[in-house]
Amino acid sequence: MLSIKDLQAKVEDKDILKGLNIEVKPGEIHAIMGPNGSGKSTTGYVLSGREGYEVTGGSITLDGKDLLELEAEERAREGLFLAFQYPVEIPGVSNLEFLKASVDAVREHNGLEPYSTVDFMKLAREKCKSVNLDQAFLKRGVNEGFSGGEKKRNEILQMMLLEPKVCILDETDSGLDIDALQVVAEGVNALRSEERSFIVVTHYQRLLDYIVPDYVHVLADGKIVKSGGKELALELEEKGYGWIEEEVA
Amino acid sequence: MTDQVDAYLEKDYAAGFTTDVESETLPPGLNEDVIRFISQKKGEPEWLLDWRLKAFNVWKEMSDPNWAQVNYPEINFQDVSYYSAPKSMEDKPKSLDEVDPELLETYEKLGIPLHEQAALAGVAVDAVFDSVSVATTFREKLAEAGVIFMPISEAVHEHPELVKKYLGSVVPQKDNFYSALNCAVFSDGSFVYIPKGVRCPMELSTYFRINEAKTGQFERTLIVADEGSHVSYLEGCTAPMRDENQLHAAVVELVALDNAEIKYSTVQNWYPGDKDGNGGIYNFVTKRGVCHTNAKISWTQVETGSAVTWKYPSCVLKGDNSVGEFYSVALTNNFQQADTGTKMIHLGKNTKSTIISKGISAGKSDQSYRGLVRMNPGAEGARNFTQCDSLLIGDKCGAHTFPYVESKNPSAVIEHEATTSKVSDDQMFLCQQRGIDPEKAISMIVNGFCREVFKELPMEFAVEAGKLLEVSLEGSVG
Repeated sequence: MLSIKDLQAKVEDKDILKGLNIEVKPGEIHAIMGPNGSGKSTTGYVLSGREGYEVTGGSITLDGKDLLELEAEERAREGLFLAFQYPVEIPGVSNLEFLKASVDAVREHNGLEPYSTVDFMKLAREKCKSVNLDQAFLKRGVNEGFSGGEKKRNEILQMMLLEPKVCILDETDSGLDIDALQVVAEGVNALRSEERSFIVVTHYQRLLDYIVPDYVHVLADGKIVKSGGKELALELEEKGYGWIEEEVA
Repeated sequence: MTDQVDAYLEKDYAAGFTTDVESETLPPGLNEDVIRFISQKKGEPEWLLDWRLKAFNVWKEMSDPNWAQVNYPEINFQDVSYYSAPKSMEDKPKSLDEVDPELLETYEKLGIPLHEQAALAGVAVDAVFDSVSVATTFREKLAEAGVIFMPISEAVHEHPELVKKYLGSVVPQKDNFYSALNCAVFSDGSFVYIPKGVRCPMELSTYFRINEAKTGQFERTLIVADEGSHVSYLEGCTAPMRDENQLHAAVVELVALDNAEIKYSTVQNWYPGDKDGNGGIYNFVTKRGVCHTNAKISWTQVETGSAVTWKYPSCVLKGDNSVGEFYSVALTNNFQQADTGTKMIHLGKNTKSTIISKGISAGKSDQSYRGLVRMNPGAEGARNFTQCDSLLIGDKCGAHTFPYVESKNPSAVIEHEATTSKVSDDQMFLCQQRGIDPEKAISMIVNGFCREVFKELPMEFAVEAGKLLEVSLEGSVG
């Protein structure tokens, strides 16, 4: 499904990713863990095609399609979703308007008609309920004045509406209390299916108690230095990252 | 994102065509004979000619104001033609059937059909082409309600007592350089009178079109809302794309008598010049309204056009409890410059004013908000709230804010809030990551920024204004 081979990338002339390899099959959950500055957030941005993140080598394909040839918005329409660590506010643009523009863009890409406003309202209200957000929330500006938890739930809401193939969660747990974390995790778990894969980028093991991964990869200095099952995350929690860095060195 | 922004701001100016009609155009130049010619063309009474000549003498003593934050080469006022009218208008067509089809087609193309059956329901239009009014729709229907809506050149003959009483009563001849010039050479514009207690049954609008090259347009609008009446008025403006700059110096006067309300909306889309800054309209406009007791004047403007804009729609809150409002969206792109804002002069007790200004700068454009809030000694309990927000797109544009606040009454309350923000990389990336293309993203972000002002526009025009912003922004992302 998502195939990342020998990916190298730099930001402002600094090499960040130095040969990343991950193979994600349909339905799998992969966790990428690593110390600060190891390239975790960069991985999410490079995969989703953010400007300023220059790929200098390697390949990324989604269902055989070369993602590196596509603009960020085209990758999104192909089914790649990035849930942000710090979702940004867009004042004055209502959540509903934003969500509809987003969903319609993806539908158009898939040869479907845009939703009528009424139908979309219904759908959005329904999804709001499932992530425990008040409907009034649809009328508010995108992330405008939202609490940290609301912002993250809004990300999950978007994920539910867009039904992507691959979801990348970029340190979704940061800034969340345990209740908010559970709501987010429930949302993600509800979206798990045999066709949909997740890449969960996180510094702490905590999130993985709720979203249980099939594989755990340790990223250090722009490379995967160790891979394993979910027990690797527990080991990391216990011992920190130092021993791996030593082991690799 | 800068590259994206740069490339997105290029767009054809849809109203940039010229109409090929034979016109009678005065050769460039300004002197007493020119003024006499214009006055004679309109068959004006002696008092009006004298008024014009007096203004001309005042103007000659004044100089072009230079305090605004705009730069343009000195204007040679002898290079401008002060009168141009389609020849077919010479015989004063009595009905639309007699109007040159070329002219009607021009307005059709601009989306303003003048045939009443095709016209936007509920909107009466006065169409001004260069120096003359071509047609005014729904006049009879309005007359039934007692509403007078006609070219000012006709009102001079048909309602001389009203025109004489109010012309220059809000903006005196010597108010400023361009208002004095306008008084001397104004050629046409709209006149509106709403009788006591009448709520005008339709939206009124005037559509200004400059067509002829090297011609200035100097229109004059006068709206009088008698006691307890209500009117909503909208003006629109476009001009062909030409390489040289053209001058537009209008004066708008509003009089809201006791308990009356005037809502005045502008969608200004004069030709802004090309992307290298050649051509475009110089839009130097004086707009002011006076509010008597309990009256209200609300200015809403969407300014996307013109090479240089210099404009401060203002309210003199003369009567107790009167209300002034100013809602503005100004967008500048490429090399456009705008220095715009408002003046709220509080004279009466418990007067209230609200100023919401949204400035969007893109490309290499430069924009300033300039606003004055003055509380006179008599303005007991007066209040003002000002909110002034600037949005920058890209990193080559500028935004400036010049608020002037003068309070001579200790009980008056003045609040001022200002913000400057950028369309950020994070916002753009969020939109793109959700599948939204950059052009749509910019337009969505900008429309969101302007929401508070757009909701003040009459419904039909709010949609129009949103689209206009989208068009004006095109090429700001690349």
